[in-house]
Amino acid sequence: MNQFSYVRPANLKAAIDAVAKDKSARFIAGGTNLLDLMKSGVVTSEKLVDINRLPLKDIQLSEGALHIGALVLNSDLAAHDLVKTQHPLLSQALLAGASQQLRNMATVGGNMMQRTRCTYFYDTTMPCNKRAPNSGCGAIGGINRMHAIFGASDSCIAVHPSDMCVALAALDAMVLVTGPKGSRRIPFTDFHRLPGNTPQLDNNLGKGELITAVEIPSNHFTKNIYYLKVRDRASYAFALVSVAVALDIRDGVIHEARLAMGGVAHKPWRLPEAEKALAGKAPTAENFRIAAGIATQSAKAYKHNMFKPALALNSIQTALQKAASV
Amino acid sequence: MKKQQTGQSMDRVDGRLKVTGGARYFADHQPDGLLYAALVCSPVSSGTIKSVNATLALRAPGVVDVVSHLNAPRVPAYQESKPGAKDGLKIFKDDRIYSNGQPVAIVVANTLERAVYAASLVEVQYNQETHYTDMNASMDKAFQNSRMKDYVRGEAGAWEKAAVTHTAQYTIPLEVHNPMELAGIIAHWTTPDTLTLYAKTQGVKSVQETIQDLFKIPEQNITVHSQFVGGGFGMALRIWPLEVATILAAKKIRKPVKLVITRDQMFTLVGYRPNATQQLSIGATAEGKLTGITHEAVAITSPYEDFTEGIVAMSKFMYACPNVNTKYQLVPLNMSTPVWMRGPGEATGSFALESAIDELAHKLKMDPLQLRVINHADVDPEKNLPFSSKYLKEAYEIGAEKIGWTNRNPVPRSREEDGMLVGYGMSSGTFGAYRGKATVSATLKADGSLVLQSAASDIGPGTATAMVQIAADVTGIAPEKIKFMLGESSYPFAPEQGGSSTVSTVGSAVSDACKALQQQLATIAISNIPAFKTAAPETIIYEDGQLLTANRQEKISYEALLQQQQLPEVKVMTTSQGGPERKKYSMYSFSVHFAKVHVHPATGVVRIKHIVSVADAGTIVNAKTARSQMIGGVVGGIGMALTEEAILDHRFGRFVNNNFADYHVAVNADTPPTDVYFINKKDPYINPMGSKGMGEIALIGFAAAVANAVFNATGKRVRDLPITPDKVLETTA
Repeated sequence: MNQFSYVRPANLKAAIDAVAKDKSARFIAGGTNLLDLMKSGVVTSEKLVDINRLPLKDIQLSEGALHIGALVLNSDLAAHDLVKTQHPLLSQALLAGASQQLRNMATVGGNMMQRTRCTYFYDTTMPCNKRAPNSGCGAIGGINRMHAIFGASDSCIAVHPSDMCVALAALDAMVLVTGPKGSRRIPFTDFHRLPGNTPQLDNNLGKGELITAVEIPSNHFTKNIYYLKVRDRASYAFALVSVAVALDIRDGVIHEARLAMGGVAHKPWRLPEAEKALAGKAPTAENFRIAAGIATQSAKAYKHNMFKPALALNSIQTALQKAASV
Repeated sequence: MKKQQTGQSMDRVDGRLKVTGGARYFADHQPDGLLYAALVCSPVSSGTIKSVNATLALRAPGVVDVVSHLNAPRVPAYQESKPGAKDGLKIFKDDRIYSNGQPVAIVVANTLERAVYAASLVEVQYNQETHYTDMNASMDKAFQNSRMKDYVRGEAGAWEKAAVTHTAQYTIPLEVHNPMELAGIIAHWTTPDTLTLYAKTQGVKSVQETIQDLFKIPEQNITVHSQFVGGGFGMALRIWPLEVATILAAKKIRKPVKLVITRDQMFTLVGYRPNATQQLSIGATAEGKLTGITHEAVAITSPYEDFTEGIVAMSKFMYACPNVNTKYQLVPLNMSTPVWMRGPGEATGSFALESAIDELAHKLKMDPLQLRVINHADVDPEKNLPFSSKYLKEAYEIGAEKIGWTNRNPVPRSREEDGMLVGYGMSSGTFGAYRGKATVSATLKADGSLVLQSAASDIGPGTATAMVQIAADVTGIAPEKIKFMLGESSYPFAPEQGGSSTVSTVGSAVSDACKALQQQLATIAISNIPAFKTAAPETIIYEDGQLLTANRQEKISYEALLQQQQLPEVKVMTTSQGGPERKKYSMYSFSVHFAKVHVHPATGVVRIKHIVSVADAGTIVNAKTARSQMIGGVVGGIGMALTEEAILDHRFGRFVNNNFADYHVAVNADTPPTDVYFINKKDPYINPMGSKGMGEIALIGFAAAVANAVFNATGKRVRDLPITPDKVLETTA
């Protein structure tokens, strides 16, 4: 790790200024990913701007939407009454992520800002277009068991590791950001990026822009929800695939369905066609099978993750079944 | 008589120190003037070092020196090595790179952070050569050395002629020990030929001996401290290049230097369980009597050492089979040297043998437990000797009862619970019950307390606790008045803590030393106490910390004896080792493992729901620490079965999952209720306590029990560890 300076601004404006004006400066909150990246030499910031004392820790209802401050800890969020009662899918997803120790440090904003997870990105002796543009993708011809089956490009096949983000994508959350040019709202599904030719960019934040909150609009997904995470060990492992399901079932008919996947793409992967296919249908195994088939149609696998399309297909059906049978 | 201590669940004598942070591990020591080191390791897997440019590093704040092959002090032993001799990696001797991650320089600075940062500034250029890290692609390099002769009993390949046959290939991946405590050392040359080391080691005397050989300095000039070790599992059974590199840096700088390596370096610098491919072929009569076993194994090693272990050992004696032949070969690759990892060899071999037995049972339409019982080896068919003790059949019975074996449906994929497929599996394990040579000093103090010293190690099983119990039973002195001291090279000799042998080896020496101490006390009493003057030494009774005459009329406590005679202490030193009994009997510990698993039919996820492990390990000295040790072995076995695999990208010869997020050791959530049972019957021949080893058998065989249970649940046979969800999904029933 290189030597760096560390500042702790007193307010939001000072924090944004500190990062906007310094090319290599970065915000730090829980640091659960940034410190790993710095220790590995992937990130060599010369200034860390600690935002932990900014007043971004509230969870409250505002006009029906649940407003979650960016500095709310993952563990606090998962255990919050409003989350457990109104958006239980988010609570389930959070608890599937990382370990209790990490959740105690990790913040909502930091969770979103995690870099995609790939060995070749973390090991500075290996080629990686994300870390060193135009050095090649180590994973495409290398070990790619954990990698993407949707939305990848020839330059990057890494996947976003978050569980929380999969639920937030499914719940149509909004991301509130403030930057040097003021504040804006970004739909959650537009926050993260696909790799394309610019895999070095994981999201659409501008320089100096800071996530201040996430808002979840009110919904009817309080009962028939399920977050399924398939992984190599029972806890503290990244998803092989994960599925977030939220169903609004009324009188034996799916009024509205939300489906998103983790571990399969460079960003949380919403499945709008499958959602459409479920709307207005009965929650039957056959309809779930059809939806899962639609969801995985465009999957493209690599040498070591050939199992993922079939696993995704099975997992979507399993998660739908679990959600429907609550 | 006082309550017998052996067999009790006595609390660990060092438990309080450990849970309060009072126990000092090697890295906790802080000699005056301590400097901190970081390694620069090769990103290429074969070649030579073209240049080392340390200019930037040396200019960085706090940096004291950068040591490499260009400027390292001379190691006298390096000169003795003959060219081409496979006698290990000679760190900083020359410019040759044998494997990825090989240390090429060590940076020393006044803080750890500065050393780590400066290490990133050292510029090393390499001449890269073609490397080989893929065993399957390098089978043409397979060879045998003199330690790995082919074995034939009866007729080779006899399995093929049997009525019912099975042959299959079983593979295990490379596994890394990954104890919680990282490897490293503190080295301090207090004079040009006097060295003090704070080491992470499973054997302080072997460290002393290795350093003595390398640097040609007298044994008494080398002091090794290692009172607490945060797990070893075999990785600390030898000195590695990282320790020699630190010792060289300390020699050059003439100050104490501490190195603690990083987690990713644990994958390349301190050994591993070598990946292996095994062809296991087995044949039986229609009634299930085994007629032939052929076990052929290939495993990897480094270019500069031939690491061998007992991969095919178990197949030779586990079952009463007239025809057995084995073959074991090594493939040298551009990898560091493997080392024993818990259950070494047998853990690998038992996965093949105990899976194959299950597969054969399925073909025979026979209960796999029954197949094992009817082929039980009543005598050792390899050595043609009786077993010193063997209660394997009892262990099978206990395990079967406790897991509920009768609930197992022999038809695979025939049971479900809560939407999960249910399966039961079992396996057996075995490991040699050793007894080596050790010396223990026993000092009785005038206050009646007893101090025992031996240069044994404790990597966590509770060595000192067991020794106190053994000494308490021999002497009758209360356990709280006995102290067993270990982990210092200045203490009398004890071998490494490895091969499940410490209780047998050091415990025997403790027992013998305590007996010798009592005889010494009797001699003193006979010479000086009137009431004992006429007693013949062999008639003296030792009881509850007292000497009694044969008629029990006269007695004196040890404490009173010393005080009356104004002796501050009485000290004896005894060396103890096995005798001719080891030639008359075949000595092994045995274990059986039963597992109940759930397999998710759609995702292939395997969850172990219940484990029963039964150990035939002779007398159990401490029921609590023994149980803990069995559970620890089982947890290692869960990792071996379901999650652990160090993955190489052969294009680079580098590991791609060298961290705790991606290399999956089992976590609590993977670990179901584990019931441990002990036969707890004394082995009459092995040693005074009747204790056989247990550390290895806790793990050996376990992976096969899980694989067999997964087959029972799904009808799918996974022969390639670990059993991850994708393999379960992709394997056809």
